[in-house]
Amino acid sequence: MKTFIRPSVLIVIFVLCMLPFAFPNAYIVDVAIRICLAGIVAIGLNLLMGFAGQVSIGHAAFVALGAYASGVATIRYGWSPLFALAVGAVGVAVLAYLVAKPILRLRDHTLTMATLGLGIIVHMVLVNEVAWTGGPDGMAVGPMKIGDWVLKGEMSWYALVACLLVLAIVISLNLFSSPAGRALRALHGSEVAAAVMGVNVPSFKVRVFVLSAVFASIAGSLTAHYNSFITPSLAGFMPSVELATMVVVGGMASTFGVVLGACLVVGLPQVFGGFEGFEMVFFGLALMLTVIFMPKGIVPSFAQRFAKRKS
Amino acid sequence: MPTSHEHAIGALAKPVLEVSNLEAAYGRIQVLHGINIKVGEGQLISLVGANGAGKTTLLKAISGLIEVTGGTITLFGDAITTAPPDRRVRAGISLVPEGRQVFAPLSVEDNLRLGAYTRRDNEREIDLERMYELFPILKQRRRLAAGMLSGGQQQMLAIARALMARPKVLLLDEPSMGLAPRLVQEIFEVISNCKSKGIPILLVEQNALAALSIADYAYVLETGKVTVEGTGPELMRDDKVQQAYLGM
Repeated sequence: MKTFIRPSVLIVIFVLCMLPFAFPNAYIVDVAIRICLAGIVAIGLNLLMGFAGQVSIGHAAFVALGAYASGVATIRYGWSPLFALAVGAVGVAVLAYLVAKPILRLRDHTLTMATLGLGIIVHMVLVNEVAWTGGPDGMAVGPMKIGDWVLKGEMSWYALVACLLVLAIVISLNLFSSPAGRALRALHGSEVAAAVMGVNVPSFKVRVFVLSAVFASIAGSLTAHYNSFITPSLAGFMPSVELATMVVVGGMASTFGVVLGACLVVGLPQVFGGFEGFEMVFFGLALMLTVIFMPKGIVPSFAQRFAKRKS
Repeated sequence: MPTSHEHAIGALAKPVLEVSNLEAAYGRIQVLHGINIKVGEGQLISLVGANGAGKTTLLKAISGLIEVTGGTITLFGDAITTAPPDRRVRAGISLVPEGRQVFAPLSVEDNLRLGAYTRRDNEREIDLERMYELFPILKQRRRLAAGMLSGGQQQMLAIARALMARPKVLLLDEPSMGLAPRLVQEIFEVISNCKSKGIPILLVEQNALAALSIADYAYVLETGKVTVEGTGPELMRDDKVQQAYLGM
């Protein structure tokens, strides 16, 4: 609870509350919703990449699995969306647990390759299981309903995802300064030293992998209802890379950095949209410049500069 | 009249850590060929030897970072030969690894808190203050990233971090490596200090003179075997040891 009244969290809540007054039209609200959803996934991925140092470029697979769990369960089996979301999250957690055991024995590049493979496998399954998923054409998904109440309109969606984003931020900040968070950051630095501090390294890696997959699954379920249409491309290579980019550009291990990363990765292509195809060039350039001049990510680099000036 | 040998290791000091016939290998290359070592209650045991003699490997085997291929390790009589590293830490073994291995991006204080990671008691804060008393420089820099400390300070931090676990036996791997002579002296003062608090210590050092002069008992390791053993003063008088390790 204490985390909710941290100044940084209060500022985020304030900004999220004031933003609707600055939205000129529904299109911008739509972008804001997508940023919040991406931010939730990226915060989850940051637990794995930024805290524990295990790079994954297959994370969109879990987003897609959450989305399809909701889609298939609500449309084909008529489950209530909230129940489908929860069952999807549990299912993804179990799958992540089973996959994590062998995958996390790998290190560095081999681990990254394995997560890439995971993404490709999920993509193929979604394309081929036509009876359930509708195959490459995708499938329509109904609106988000809680009981008989239907969530509709951009502003109610914005309110929902903004609340969830704040919740994700608070969870991440709490974890950062908890013993478990310290243990995760320790194994990022040196697995040997973490082990001789008594950290059960394999079990910690598995647990953080599962946790980050659950974040992705929940955001995926919401995305499915919000978009009202899903395709296997959700699990594609580009979405995974975009997620990893949010973490790296914004700042590894920095919760607010990752949220900023989500703003940039989702928002920049919209800003550059007028360049008709050239937006990717500007996007790539912006990424390259950050990586060259701020290798630690935007937020940690500025924080460091600020701290230096103060001392 | 007991010999000096029995005096040091004798029946008086109950064994805390016992390594018997320990063998370890990296792949097919055997590194340790049946090592026997005892650390008794309140004792400081030194292990000296040249590069590649297997000193670090032995400490890694004791703390569970590598699997052994033969022999046993017991702590207070309980076999821990195959236990995973975190279980050994909970049982009371704390290693100060070679090259310090502090968590560079984490603050000094977070490093210390990580040292107490396995503890669930309420005296962790008290121990933190105790470490700050013992190493005032760490208190000054508590908010700083550990990677910003000097080598000597990092070594202090690594030792303090290990002490935060309230170890029943402390393993030190080359604590003086790469430090200026004045700092080496300081580190050895810290080690003597730990000994006087009654913490059993197994010290691995290349600085043989310093290691032997504070040891209750010492072993010389050569190519994976114990070749000479005896009390600190005995080894310092030994011709072979003088020639090979003390440069006399």
